[in-house]
Amino acid sequence: MSGGHTHGHGLFVHGHSRLHRLAPHCKVAGAIAFVFAVVATPREAFWAYGVYAGLIVALTLSARVPLATLARRLTVETPFLIFAIALPLLARGERIDVAGMSLSIEGLWAAWNILVKATLGTATMMLLVSTTPITSILRGLQRLRVPSVIVAIGGFMIRYADVIASEMRRMKVGRQSRGYEPRVFWQARALASSAGTLFIRSYERGERVHLAMMSRGYEGAMPELTDVEASSTDWMVAFLVPAMAAVVCAGAWL
Amino acid sequence: MSILQVRDVAYAYPDGLQALYGVNLTVSRGERVALLGPNGAGKTTLALHLNGVLEAGAGSVHVGGLKLNRANLKEIRRRVAIVFQDPDDQLFMPTVREDVAFGPANLGIRGAELEARIHEALAAVGMTEHAHRPPHHLSYGQRRRVAVATVLAMRPQILVMDEPTSNLDPAAKRELADILQGLDLTMLMVTHDMPYALEMCERAVVMNRGMITADGPTREIMADEALMRANRLELPYGFDPSFSR
Repeated sequence: MSGGHTHGHGLFVHGHSRLHRLAPHCKVAGAIAFVFAVVATPREAFWAYGVYAGLIVALTLSARVPLATLARRLTVETPFLIFAIALPLLARGERIDVAGMSLSIEGLWAAWNILVKATLGTATMMLLVSTTPITSILRGLQRLRVPSVIVAIGGFMIRYADVIASEMRRMKVGRQSRGYEPRVFWQARALASSAGTLFIRSYERGERVHLAMMSRGYEGAMPELTDVEASSTDWMVAFLVPAMAAVVCAGAWL
Repeated sequence: MSILQVRDVAYAYPDGLQALYGVNLTVSRGERVALLGPNGAGKTTLALHLNGVLEAGAGSVHVGGLKLNRANLKEIRRRVAIVFQDPDDQLFMPTVREDVAFGPANLGIRGAELEARIHEALAAVGMTEHAHRPPHHLSYGQRRRVAVATVLAMRPQILVMDEPTSNLDPAAKRELADILQGLDLTMLMVTHDMPYALEMCERAVVMNRGMITADGPTREIMADEALMRANRLELPYGFDPSFSR
Protein backbone atom coordinates (compact mmCIF):
# COMPACT_ATOMS: atom_id res chain seq x y z
CA MET A 1 0.00 0.00 0.00
CA SER A 2 2.59 2.52 -1.02
CA GLY A 3 1.58 6.13 -1.60
CA GLY A 4 -1.66 7.40 -3.02
CA HIS A 5 -4.67 5.29 -3.68
CA THR A 6 -3.74 1.76 -4.60
CA HIS A 7 -7.44 1.10 -4.85
CA GLY A 8 -6.87 -2.15 -3.11
CA HIS A 9 -6.02 -4.10 -6.21
CA GLY A 10 -2.65 -4.31 -4.55
CA LEU A 11 -0.45 -6.86 -6.21
CA PHE A 12 -3.05 -8.42 -8.47
CA VAL A 13 -2.25 -8.30 -12.18
CA HIS A 14 -5.48 -8.51 -14.11
CA GLY A 15 -5.73 -11.43 -16.51
CA HIS A 16 -7.72 -14.41 -17.71
CA SER A 17 -5.07 -17.15 -17.93
CA ARG A 18 -5.61 -20.68 -16.67
CA LEU A 19 -3.59 -19.74 -13.62
CA HIS A 20 -5.85 -16.73 -12.99
CA ARG A 21 -8.99 -18.82 -13.28
CA LEU A 22 -7.84 -21.66 -11.03
CA ALA A 23 -9.82 -22.03 -7.77
CA PRO A 24 -7.96 -20.03 -5.11
CA HIS A 25 -7.65 -22.79 -2.53
CA CYS A 26 -6.08 -25.10 -5.14
CA LYS A 27 -3.63 -22.36 -6.05
CA VAL A 28 -2.71 -21.62 -2.44
CA ALA A 29 -2.21 -25.33 -1.70
CA GLY A 30 -0.20 -25.77 -4.90
CA ALA A 31 2.04 -22.80 -4.11
CA ILE A 32 2.71 -24.09 -0.60
CA ALA A 33 3.48 -27.58 -1.92
CA PHE A 34 5.89 -26.10 -4.45
CA VAL A 35 7.69 -24.12 -1.75
CA PHE A 36 7.97 -27.26 0.40
CA ALA A 37 9.62 -29.10 -2.49
CA VAL A 38 12.08 -26.23 -2.95
CA VAL A 39 12.94 -26.07 0.73
CA ALA A 40 13.42 -29.84 0.96
CA THR A 41 15.96 -29.89 -1.86
CA PRO A 42 19.62 -30.39 -0.85
CA ARG A 43 21.60 -27.19 -1.32
CA GLU A 44 24.31 -28.89 -3.38
CA ALA A 45 21.87 -29.74 -6.21
CA PHE A 46 22.38 -26.59 -8.27
CA TRP A 47 20.62 -28.08 -11.30
CA ALA A 48 17.41 -28.58 -9.28
CA TYR A 49 17.21 -24.88 -8.49
CA GLY A 50 17.69 -24.11 -12.16
CA VAL A 51 14.69 -26.30 -12.95
CA TYR A 52 12.58 -24.62 -10.22
CA ALA A 53 13.45 -21.16 -11.54
CA GLY A 54 12.57 -22.35 -15.04
CA LEU A 55 9.18 -23.62 -13.84
CA ILE A 56 8.39 -20.30 -12.17
CA VAL A 57 9.41 -18.34 -15.26
CA ALA A 58 7.29 -20.62 -17.46
CA LEU A 59 4.25 -20.19 -15.19
CA THR A 60 4.75 -16.44 -15.06
CA LEU A 61 4.88 -16.24 -18.84
CA SER A 62 1.81 -18.45 -19.20
CA ALA A 63 -0.09 -16.17 -16.80
CA ARG A 64 1.04 -13.13 -18.83
CA VAL A 65 2.46 -11.48 -15.74
CA PRO A 66 5.43 -9.35 -16.89
CA LEU A 67 8.70 -10.88 -15.66
CA ALA A 68 9.95 -7.38 -14.86
CA THR A 69 7.00 -6.88 -12.48
CA LEU A 70 7.77 -10.13 -10.72
CA ALA A 71 11.47 -9.26 -10.50
CA ARG A 72 10.68 -5.84 -9.05
CA ARG A 73 8.46 -7.38 -6.41
CA LEU A 74 11.25 -9.72 -5.37
CA THR A 75 13.00 -6.74 -3.79
CA VAL A 76 10.78 -7.13 -0.71
CA GLU A 77 13.09 -9.92 0.44
CA THR A 78 16.17 -7.66 0.45
CA PRO A 79 16.19 -6.96 4.23
CA PHE A 80 16.12 -10.67 4.93
CA LEU A 81 19.02 -11.31 2.61
CA ILE A 82 21.37 -8.95 4.44
CA PHE A 83 21.66 -11.57 7.15
CA ALA A 84 22.45 -14.23 4.57
CA ILE A 85 25.14 -12.10 2.95
CA ALA A 86 26.81 -11.57 6.32
CA LEU A 87 27.06 -15.31 6.96
CA PRO A 88 30.23 -16.06 4.89
CA LEU A 89 32.04 -13.31 6.82
CA LEU A 90 30.83 -14.37 10.25
CA ALA A 91 30.57 -18.15 10.17
CA ARG A 92 33.37 -20.31 11.59
CA GLY A 93 35.15 -23.28 10.08
CA GLU A 94 37.31 -23.78 7.00
CA ARG A 95 37.94 -20.58 5.08
CA ILE A 96 38.67 -19.66 1.51
CA ASP A 97 40.15 -16.48 0.06
CA VAL A 98 37.97 -14.74 -2.48
CA ALA A 99 39.14 -11.41 -3.89
CA GLY A 100 41.27 -10.81 -0.82
CA MET A 101 38.46 -11.58 1.66
CA SER A 102 38.57 -14.58 3.92
CA LEU A 103 35.21 -16.32 3.69
CA SER A 104 33.88 -19.32 5.54
CA ILE A 105 33.03 -22.21 3.24
CA GLU A 106 30.22 -23.35 5.51
CA GLY A 107 28.97 -19.75 5.60
CA LEU A 108 28.99 -19.55 1.82
CA TRP A 109 26.89 -22.70 1.59
CA ALA A 110 24.47 -21.42 4.19
CA ALA A 111 24.17 -18.06 2.42
CA TRP A 112 23.51 -19.75 -0.93
CA ASN A 113 20.95 -22.01 0.69
CA ILE A 114 19.04 -19.08 2.19
CA LEU A 115 19.40 -16.90 -0.88
CA VAL A 116 18.12 -19.42 -3.39
CA LYS A 117 15.31 -20.84 -1.28
CA ALA A 118 14.06 -17.44 -0.11
CA THR A 119 14.14 -16.05 -3.64
CA LEU A 120 12.28 -19.01 -5.14
CA GLY A 121 9.78 -18.98 -2.28
CA THR A 122 9.14 -15.26 -2.61
CA ALA A 123 8.79 -15.56 -6.37
CA THR A 124 6.22 -18.34 -5.94
CA MET A 125 4.15 -16.26 -3.52
CA MET A 126 4.45 -13.17 -5.72
CA LEU A 127 3.16 -15.20 -8.64
CA LEU A 128 0.28 -16.38 -6.45
CA VAL A 129 -0.75 -12.86 -5.42
CA SER A 130 -0.23 -11.56 -8.94
CA THR A 131 -2.77 -14.00 -10.30
CA THR A 132 -5.24 -14.15 -7.40
CA PRO A 133 -7.22 -11.22 -5.97
CA ILE A 134 -6.53 -10.86 -2.27
CA THR A 135 -10.15 -11.52 -1.31
CA SER A 136 -10.03 -14.83 -3.19
CA ILE A 137 -6.87 -15.79 -1.34
CA LEU A 138 -8.70 -15.19 1.94
CA ARG A 139 -11.59 -17.36 0.79
CA GLY A 140 -9.08 -19.97 -0.34
CA LEU A 141 -7.45 -19.98 3.08
CA GLN A 142 -10.85 -20.32 4.73
CA ARG A 143 -11.63 -23.21 2.43
CA LEU A 144 -8.32 -24.84 3.37
CA ARG A 145 -9.48 -24.80 7.02
CA VAL A 146 -7.03 -22.17 8.18
CA PRO A 147 -8.38 -21.05 11.61
CA SER A 148 -11.05 -18.42 11.00
CA VAL A 149 -9.43 -16.02 13.46
CA ILE A 150 -6.30 -15.93 11.29
CA VAL A 151 -8.35 -15.40 8.14
CA ALA A 152 -10.37 -12.68 9.87
CA ILE A 153 -7.22 -10.87 11.01
CA GLY A 154 -5.91 -11.02 7.45
CA GLY A 155 -9.20 -9.70 6.15
CA PHE A 156 -9.30 -6.80 8.62
CA MET A 157 -5.70 -5.92 7.80
CA ILE A 158 -6.48 -5.66 4.13
CA ARG A 159 -9.75 -3.86 4.69
CA TYR A 160 -8.28 -1.24 7.01
CA ALA A 161 -4.79 -0.75 5.55
CA ASP A 162 -6.13 1.97 3.26
CA VAL A 163 -8.25 3.55 5.99
CA ILE A 164 -5.28 3.77 8.35
CA ALA A 165 -2.96 4.94 5.57
CA SER A 166 -5.31 7.77 4.71
CA GLU A 167 -5.58 8.68 8.39
CA MET A 168 -1.80 8.87 8.42
CA ARG A 169 -1.82 11.08 5.34
CA ARG A 170 -4.31 13.42 6.96
CA MET A 171 -2.11 13.70 10.05
CA LYS A 172 0.88 14.50 7.83
CA VAL A 173 -1.08 17.18 5.99
CA GLY A 174 -2.10 18.52 9.40
CA ARG A 175 1.55 18.80 10.46
CA GLN A 176 2.60 20.36 7.19
CA SER A 177 -0.19 22.90 7.14
CA ARG A 178 1.06 24.16 10.47
CA GLY A 179 4.45 24.75 8.97
CA TYR A 180 6.16 21.55 10.06
CA GLU A 181 8.19 20.49 7.05
CA PRO A 182 11.48 19.13 8.31
CA ARG A 183 13.99 17.20 6.27
CA VAL A 184 13.51 13.48 5.93
CA PHE A 185 15.63 12.55 8.90
CA TRP A 186 13.87 14.80 11.38
CA GLN A 187 10.51 13.72 10.09
CA ALA A 188 11.18 10.59 12.10
CA ARG A 189 10.48 12.39 15.36
CA ALA A 190 7.08 13.63 14.30
CA LEU A 191 6.38 10.22 12.86
CA ALA A 192 7.15 8.57 16.18
CA SER A 193 4.74 10.79 18.08
CA SER A 194 2.10 10.41 15.37
CA ALA A 195 2.44 6.66 15.62
CA GLY A 196 1.09 6.84 19.16
CA THR A 197 -1.88 8.91 18.08
CA LEU A 198 -2.46 6.62 15.15
CA PHE A 199 -2.41 3.60 17.42
CA ILE A 200 -5.07 5.12 19.71
CA ARG A 201 -7.22 6.09 16.75
CA SER A 202 -6.96 2.62 15.27
CA TYR A 203 -7.73 1.08 18.63
CA GLU A 204 -10.86 3.22 18.95
CA ARG A 205 -11.87 2.30 15.44
CA GLY A 206 -11.44 -1.32 16.41
CA GLU A 207 -13.89 -0.79 19.26
CA ARG A 208 -16.42 0.84 16.93
CA VAL A 209 -16.07 -1.96 14.40
CA HIS A 210 -16.64 -4.46 17.19
CA LEU A 211 -19.85 -2.62 18.17
CA ALA A 212 -21.00 -2.74 14.55
CA MET A 213 -20.23 -6.46 14.41
CA MET A 214 -22.17 -7.17 17.60
CA SER A 215 -25.11 -5.17 16.28
CA ARG A 216 -25.34 -7.61 13.42
CA GLY A 217 -25.37 -10.67 15.60
CA TYR A 218 -21.64 -11.41 15.89
CA GLU A 219 -21.05 -13.84 18.74
CA GLY A 220 -17.36 -14.52 18.51
CA ALA A 221 -17.15 -16.62 15.35
CA MET A 222 -16.92 -15.33 11.82
CA PRO A 223 -19.56 -16.89 9.59
CA GLU A 224 -18.13 -19.09 6.86
CA LEU A 225 -19.14 -17.68 3.55
CA THR A 226 -17.07 -19.85 1.30
CA ASP A 227 -18.46 -20.02 -2.18
CA VAL A 228 -15.42 -21.24 -4.06
CA GLU A 229 -15.72 -24.61 -5.71
CA ALA A 230 -12.96 -26.59 -7.37
CA SER A 231 -13.21 -29.41 -9.88
CA SER A 232 -10.79 -32.33 -9.80
CA THR A 233 -9.25 -30.83 -12.94
CA ASP A 234 -8.53 -27.68 -10.94
CA TRP A 235 -6.67 -29.72 -8.35
CA MET A 236 -4.77 -31.59 -11.05
CA VAL A 237 -3.74 -28.40 -12.82
CA ALA A 238 -2.79 -26.75 -9.56
CA PHE A 239 -0.56 -29.65 -8.54
CA LEU A 240 1.01 -30.24 -11.96
CA VAL A 241 3.98 -27.95 -11.31
CA PRO A 242 4.37 -28.86 -7.62
CA ALA A 243 4.42 -32.53 -8.67
CA MET A 244 7.21 -31.82 -11.13
CA ALA A 245 9.05 -29.98 -8.36
CA ALA A 246 8.58 -32.98 -6.07
CA VAL A 247 10.11 -35.26 -8.70
CA VAL A 248 13.05 -32.88 -9.11
CA CYS A 249 13.48 -32.78 -5.33
CA ALA A 250 13.43 -36.58 -5.09
CA GLY A 251 15.91 -36.75 -7.97
CA ALA A 252 18.24 -34.36 -6.18
CA TRP A 253 18.36 -36.64 -3.12
CA LEU A 254 19.17 -39.79 -5.11
CA MET B 1 -49.47 -0.12 18.02
CA SER B 2 -46.11 0.52 19.63
CA ILE B 3 -43.12 -1.37 18.31
CA LEU B 4 -40.49 0.22 20.54
CA GLN B 5 -40.84 1.05 24.20
CA VAL B 6 -38.03 2.60 26.20
CA ARG B 7 -38.80 2.98 29.90
CA ASP B 8 -36.70 4.92 32.41
CA VAL B 9 -33.44 3.97 30.76
CA ALA B 10 -30.43 5.32 32.61
CA TYR B 11 -26.82 4.72 31.74
CA ALA B 12 -23.39 5.75 32.96
CA TYR B 13 -20.24 4.96 30.98
CA PRO B 14 -17.61 2.84 32.76
CA ASP B 15 -15.58 6.00 33.43
CA GLY B 16 -18.49 7.33 35.51
CA LEU B 17 -19.87 9.79 32.97
CA GLN B 18 -23.65 9.71 33.27
CA ALA B 19 -25.05 9.79 29.72
CA LEU B 20 -28.74 8.98 30.16
CA TYR B 21 -30.95 10.05 33.06
CA GLY B 22 -34.16 8.05 32.71
CA VAL B 23 -35.28 8.17 29.09
CA ASN B 24 -38.86 7.33 28.09
CA LEU B 25 -39.78 6.86 24.46
CA THR B 26 -42.51 5.00 22.62
CA VAL B 27 -42.47 4.57 18.86
CA SER B 28 -45.35 3.17 16.83
CA ARG B 29 -45.01 0.78 13.93
CA GLY B 30 -44.23 2.59 10.69
CA GLU B 31 -43.34 5.88 12.36
CA ARG B 32 -40.29 7.85 11.29
CA VAL B 33 -38.78 9.69 14.22
CA ALA B 34 -35.95 12.22 14.17
CA LEU B 35 -33.78 12.26 17.28
CA LEU B 36 -32.44 15.80 17.61
CA GLY B 37 -30.10 17.34 20.12
CA PRO B 38 -26.69 18.94 20.61
CA ASN B 39 -23.44 16.98 20.70
CA GLY B 40 -23.12 15.00 23.91
CA ALA B 41 -26.87 14.94 24.55
CA GLY B 42 -26.86 11.12 24.66
CA LYS B 43 -28.47 10.43 21.28
CA THR B 44 -25.96 7.83 20.14
CA THR B 45 -25.83 6.29 23.60
CA LEU B 46 -29.60 5.87 23.48
CA ALA B 47 -29.40 4.36 20.00
CA LEU B 48 -26.87 1.78 21.23
CA HIS B 49 -29.34 0.73 23.90
CA LEU B 50 -32.01 -0.13 21.41
CA ASN B 51 -30.35 -3.36 20.30
CA GLY B 52 -28.49 -4.12 23.48
CA VAL B 53 -25.00 -3.12 22.44
CA LEU B 54 -25.02 -1.08 25.63
CA GLU B 55 -26.77 -2.52 28.64
CA ALA B 56 -28.94 -0.06 30.55
CA GLY B 57 -27.97 0.54 34.17
CA ALA B 58 -31.67 0.93 34.94
CA GLY B 59 -34.92 0.75 33.02
CA SER B 60 -36.08 -1.47 30.19
CA VAL B 61 -36.35 -1.69 26.42
CA HIS B 62 -39.11 -3.59 24.63
CA VAL B 63 -39.07 -4.29 20.91
CA GLY B 64 -42.25 -5.64 19.39
CA GLY B 65 -43.36 -6.71 22.87
CA LEU B 66 -40.13 -8.60 23.53
CA LYS B 67 -38.16 -7.40 26.52
CA LEU B 68 -34.48 -6.89 25.86
CA ASN B 69 -32.36 -9.21 27.96
CA ARG B 70 -29.39 -11.50 27.45
CA ALA B 71 -31.51 -14.47 26.49
CA ASN B 72 -33.13 -12.82 23.49
CA LEU B 73 -30.30 -10.52 22.45
CA LYS B 74 -30.01 -12.24 19.09
CA GLU B 75 -33.66 -11.79 18.25
CA ILE B 76 -33.59 -8.13 19.37
CA ARG B 77 -30.55 -7.49 17.19
CA ARG B 78 -32.39 -8.99 14.27
CA ARG B 79 -35.36 -6.71 14.90
CA VAL B 80 -33.40 -3.51 15.54
CA ALA B 81 -30.78 -2.59 12.97
CA ILE B 82 -28.26 0.18 13.59
CA VAL B 83 -26.49 2.01 10.79
CA PHE B 84 -23.41 3.62 12.28
CA GLN B 85 -22.14 7.06 11.46
CA ASP B 86 -18.88 6.07 9.76
CA PRO B 87 -19.42 3.46 7.05
CA ASP B 88 -15.79 2.41 7.47
CA ASP B 89 -16.78 1.14 10.91
CA GLN B 90 -19.75 -0.71 9.53
CA LEU B 91 -18.17 -2.30 6.48
CA PHE B 92 -15.43 -4.58 7.73
CA MET B 93 -15.55 -7.54 5.37
CA PRO B 94 -13.32 -7.86 2.28
CA THR B 95 -16.16 -7.39 -0.22
CA VAL B 96 -19.58 -5.72 -0.28
CA ARG B 97 -21.30 -9.04 -0.78
CA GLU B 98 -19.65 -10.67 2.22
CA ASP B 99 -20.46 -7.66 4.34
CA VAL B 100 -24.13 -7.84 3.44
CA ALA B 101 -24.03 -11.58 4.12
CA PHE B 102 -22.47 -11.12 7.56
CA GLY B 103 -25.68 -10.27 9.44
CA PRO B 104 -27.99 -12.93 8.01
CA ALA B 105 -25.19 -15.52 8.18
CA ASN B 106 -24.90 -14.82 11.90
CA LEU B 107 -28.62 -15.58 12.10
CA GLY B 108 -27.84 -18.98 10.65
CA ILE B 109 -29.07 -18.33 7.13
CA ARG B 110 -27.19 -20.10 4.34
CA GLY B 111 -27.45 -21.10 0.73
CA ALA B 112 -30.20 -19.88 -1.57
CA GLU B 113 -32.00 -17.98 1.18
CA LEU B 114 -28.78 -16.11 1.96
CA GLU B 115 -28.29 -15.28 -1.72
CA ALA B 116 -31.85 -13.98 -1.88
CA ARG B 117 -31.29 -11.77 1.16
CA ILE B 118 -28.08 -10.34 -0.28
CA HIS B 119 -29.71 -9.66 -3.61
CA GLU B 120 -32.79 -8.09 -2.05
CA ALA B 121 -30.76 -5.81 0.24
CA LEU B 122 -28.35 -4.65 -2.45
CA ALA B 123 -31.19 -4.07 -4.90
CA ALA B 124 -33.01 -1.95 -2.31
CA VAL B 125 -30.09 0.47 -2.18
CA GLY B 126 -29.18 0.21 -5.86
CA MET B 127 -25.77 -1.36 -5.30
CA THR B 128 -26.24 -4.76 -6.94
CA GLU B 129 -23.52 -4.29 -9.54
CA HIS B 130 -20.93 -3.48 -6.87
CA ALA B 131 -21.41 -6.72 -4.92
CA HIS B 132 -17.93 -8.04 -5.54
CA ARG B 133 -16.01 -4.85 -4.93
CA PRO B 134 -14.09 -4.16 -1.73
CA PRO B 135 -15.76 -1.37 0.29
CA HIS B 136 -12.74 0.93 0.04
CA HIS B 137 -13.22 1.17 -3.72
CA LEU B 138 -16.60 2.81 -3.27
CA SER B 139 -17.46 6.48 -2.90
CA TYR B 140 -18.57 7.70 0.51
CA GLY B 141 -22.22 7.86 -0.57
CA GLN B 142 -22.05 4.35 -1.97
CA ARG B 143 -20.50 3.07 1.24
CA ARG B 144 -23.30 4.66 3.24
CA ARG B 145 -25.84 2.90 1.03
CA VAL B 146 -24.06 -0.44 1.41
CA ALA B 147 -24.07 0.14 5.17
CA VAL B 148 -27.86 0.42 4.98
CA ALA B 149 -27.96 -2.76 2.87
CA THR B 150 -25.94 -4.69 5.45
CA VAL B 151 -28.70 -4.19 8.00
CA LEU B 152 -31.62 -4.52 5.57
CA ALA B 153 -30.38 -8.04 4.83
CA MET B 154 -31.38 -8.93 8.38
CA ARG B 155 -34.98 -7.87 7.59
CA PRO B 156 -35.26 -5.69 10.67
CA GLN B 157 -38.40 -4.08 12.04
CA ILE B 158 -36.72 -0.89 13.18
CA LEU B 159 -33.97 0.97 11.40
CA VAL B 160 -31.84 3.18 13.65
CA MET B 161 -29.47 5.53 11.85
CA ASP B 162 -26.72 7.60 13.43
CA GLU B 163 -26.31 10.78 11.39
CA PRO B 164 -27.15 9.24 8.03
CA THR B 165 -26.34 12.42 6.09
CA SER B 166 -22.97 13.28 7.64
CA ASN B 167 -20.25 13.79 5.03
CA LEU B 168 -22.67 13.26 2.15
CA ASP B 169 -22.88 15.73 -0.70
CA PRO B 170 -26.38 17.00 -1.56
CA ALA B 171 -26.84 14.54 -4.43
CA ALA B 172 -25.87 11.56 -2.27
CA LYS B 173 -28.21 12.85 0.43
CA ARG B 174 -31.03 12.95 -2.10
CA GLU B 175 -30.27 9.40 -3.28
CA LEU B 176 -30.26 8.14 0.29
CA ALA B 177 -33.53 9.95 1.05
CA ASP B 178 -35.19 8.33 -1.95
CA ILE B 179 -34.00 4.90 -0.81
CA LEU B 180 -35.15 5.44 2.78
CA GLN B 181 -38.54 6.79 1.67
CA GLY B 182 -39.05 3.58 -0.27
CA LEU B 183 -38.52 1.34 2.77
CA ASP B 184 -41.50 0.14 4.72
CA LEU B 185 -39.79 0.31 8.09
CA THR B 186 -40.03 2.07 11.41
CA MET B 187 -37.14 4.52 11.53
CA LEU B 188 -35.27 6.40 14.22
CA MET B 189 -32.82 8.90 12.83
CA VAL B 190 -30.18 10.65 14.94
CA THR B 191 -29.34 13.83 13.07
CA HIS B 192 -28.16 17.42 13.11
CA ASP B 193 -29.57 17.95 9.63
CA MET B 194 -32.81 19.85 10.28
CA PRO B 195 -34.13 20.04 6.70
CA TYR B 196 -33.53 16.31 6.32
CA ALA B 197 -35.30 15.58 9.61
CA LEU B 198 -38.25 17.68 8.52
CA GLU B 199 -38.42 16.00 5.15
CA MET B 200 -38.06 12.45 6.38
CA CYS B 201 -39.70 12.40 9.79
CA GLU B 202 -43.15 13.50 10.83
CA ARG B 203 -42.16 13.29 14.48
CA ALA B 204 -39.15 14.67 16.31
CA VAL B 205 -37.78 13.88 19.74
CA VAL B 206 -35.35 16.34 21.30
CA MET B 207 -32.67 15.21 23.73
CA ASN B 208 -30.48 17.34 25.91
CA ARG B 209 -28.14 16.39 28.76
CA GLY B 210 -29.27 12.77 28.79
CA MET B 211 -32.99 13.49 28.90
CA ILE B 212 -35.81 13.84 26.44
CA THR B 213 -36.86 17.48 26.54
CA ALA B 214 -39.44 17.60 23.76
CA ASP B 215 -41.46 15.22 21.63
CA GLY B 216 -43.91 16.23 18.92
CA PRO B 217 -44.53 16.91 15.25
CA THR B 218 -41.21 17.90 13.64
CA ARG B 219 -42.62 21.05 12.11
CA GLU B 220 -44.01 22.33 15.42
CA ILE B 221 -40.82 21.61 17.30
CA MET B 222 -38.71 23.41 14.74
CA ALA B 223 -41.09 26.38 14.75
CA ASP B 224 -40.76 26.75 18.55
CA GLU B 225 -37.84 29.16 18.77
CA ALA B 226 -37.59 29.17 22.55
CA LEU B 227 -37.56 25.39 22.70
CA MET B 228 -34.95 25.17 19.98
CA ARG B 229 -32.68 27.71 21.67
CA ALA B 230 -33.04 26.05 25.07
CA ASN B 231 -31.78 22.81 23.54
CA ARG B 232 -28.87 24.27 21.56
CA LEU B 233 -30.65 23.55 18.30
CA GLU B 234 -30.55 25.83 15.28
CA LEU B 235 -32.13 25.96 11.90
CA PRO B 236 -29.92 26.62 8.87
CA TYR B 237 -29.85 30.24 7.70
CA GLY B 238 -32.88 31.05 5.59
CA PHE B 239 -34.64 27.80 6.40
CA ASP B 240 -38.32 28.13 7.25
CA PRO B 241 -39.89 24.99 8.70
CA SER B 242 -43.41 26.23 7.97
CA PHE B 243 -42.66 26.16 4.29
CA SER B 244 -44.02 23.08 2.61
CA ARG B 245 -44.05 21.85 -0.92
